[in-house]
Amino acid sequence: MTDFPRFVAVSDRAVLAEFGDQIDTDIYADVLRLDRALAAQPVAGLIEAVPAYANLLVVFDPLETDHDEVSAGLRALLDGAQDAPEQTTARRVAVCYDGDLAPDLEEVARQSGLSVEEAINAHLSGDYSVFLYGFAPGYAYMAGVPEALQLPRKPAAVRGVPAGSVIIAGPQCLITTLTMPTGWWIIGRSPTPVLTGDADRPFLFDVGDPVTFERIDRAAFEAAT
Amino acid sequence: MSVARFKVVHAGPHCSVQDAGRPGNMRFGVPASGPMDRLAFDAAHAAIGNPQGGALIEVSMGGLTLECTEGAVGFAVAGGGFKVTLDRETLGPWCVASMVAGQTLTIRPGEWGSWACLAFGGTLEVETWLGSAATHAQSGFGGGAITSGQVVTVAGAERRDGRATAIEPPTFARPGAKVPVVPGPQDRFFAPETLAALTSETFRIGDAYDRMGVRLSGVALPVAGSLDMPSEPVLKGSVQVSGDGTPTVLLADHQTTGGYPKIATVPGHALDAFCQSRSGDAVRFVAVTPEAALKQARADHDRRAAFLGALAEAPGSLADRLARANLIDGVTDGGD
Repeated sequence: MTDFPRFVAVSDRAVLAEFGDQIDTDIYADVLRLDRALAAQPVAGLIEAVPAYANLLVVFDPLETDHDEVSAGLRALLDGAQDAPEQTTARRVAVCYDGDLAPDLEEVARQSGLSVEEAINAHLSGDYSVFLYGFAPGYAYMAGVPEALQLPRKPAAVRGVPAGSVIIAGPQCLITTLTMPTGWWIIGRSPTPVLTGDADRPFLFDVGDPVTFERIDRAAFEAAT
Repeated sequence: MSVARFKVVHAGPHCSVQDAGRPGNMRFGVPASGPMDRLAFDAAHAAIGNPQGGALIEVSMGGLTLECTEGAVGFAVAGGGFKVTLDRETLGPWCVASMVAGQTLTIRPGEWGSWACLAFGGTLEVETWLGSAATHAQSGFGGGAITSGQVVTVAGAERRDGRATAIEPPTFARPGAKVPVVPGPQDRFFAPETLAALTSETFRIGDAYDRMGVRLSGVALPVAGSLDMPSEPVLKGSVQVSGDGTPTVLLADHQTTGGYPKIATVPGHALDAFCQSRSGDAVRFVAVTPEAALKQARADHDRRAAFLGALAEAPGSLADRLARANLIDGVTDGGD
């Protein structure tokens, strides 16, 4: 099917704006363009918009508007949307790769045919940006793990992985915010909180933000936590 | 301001503080949370004379026992057909009453329903997160789980004795055997016969039921072809189908994105009664169009508003009611 963008009515109160059916930077750019246009000029009755890789879910109040009105509003926004200026902010995230904070780093290096230092440098060299949040509050999915370090997730999840763990699977990387099970590879620990505790800016990243990882040593990690 | 305090003598799993929720944060991975049954939530606040939307205690099938240790306060219980007792007196299941220090309130599962709401005449003193006291189960953010041994404090506690009454739960609060669904948005992942099976077969509420969602048992709904779908946003009420063909209806604390296709979505207005279903209950899905679901959402809103408006009217003080009763008696006597 090539008839993108599509506007699919969802339940009694949402429209899913679909730009494609795969993970692709051009498709994702379309998602972000509509998301920004909608934030700048909300359609009547808008409750929230949720961006993902290839589509944007637009949730509305069914007492105030309907699917057709919202779809028409989104279409008009797309037609009128200039290439919206980049509204992203580059974010820096500190990571400590010390052994006990990075229980899978040696295995990741071994399976990638790299030394531990090379694996760390490979991770640091990635070109990361936040594509979407999901799974749990503040779980920001970043793509950009270099090919040399891309591994399928582990066969079984490990329980009780602490918050702040830097985990990777395939091209994706994220920083955990809760103690949770995960089947991703734990390659470091960050003292940089994604849940900031700041009421004005409760989450570190906006969707679309580029992210740079910066290596810190144990002393800096201890000082920051 | 007067304060009422309670000791939680017993709280089953999944009892928590909830308010109207925190919509608008799904883009950060945060579902709205809030009550599983919003009608019950609104009814409890209306019946005790609170403004809508404040924090209350959501009681699960695990039940709740509170001992009042200080002060006096009115309360309302709504949602499901729970067994509500104040010391040895049976109330409810939907009711307004008041209690004083030394009394014990017990809410246990009764004839029907999975969730009850307990609202107090006053303000629950609870933590908030992102401006809301609604508890997000996995993180515990918000007002938090209610657990045995903890202390619950109500600020500005009022008895509101004029509101004491028994409330007849409306029929539309009960789960029905038929549940509307709007097909999609990822119905393209399913063969026509699988889509047909969703509405022609009977499913049952499974044992895996919490605030995140409820798994259904019944025929498998196999995903046609590969499950290679990028993670997509998830709406509360989504019927998500896992790799083995098992459908799960996602509820108040759902994940905000997911890589499993959603074969259909239960509209918002039908979710409250649906949440009162119990493990083993039969569910038959009926396909409706998005337009019909939206029309029903509006009609349902009006029906609820009428019910809640009537509930918010205080029945009056005991003296008022005795006066009314005497008046009626007087008329009857006059006809003798």
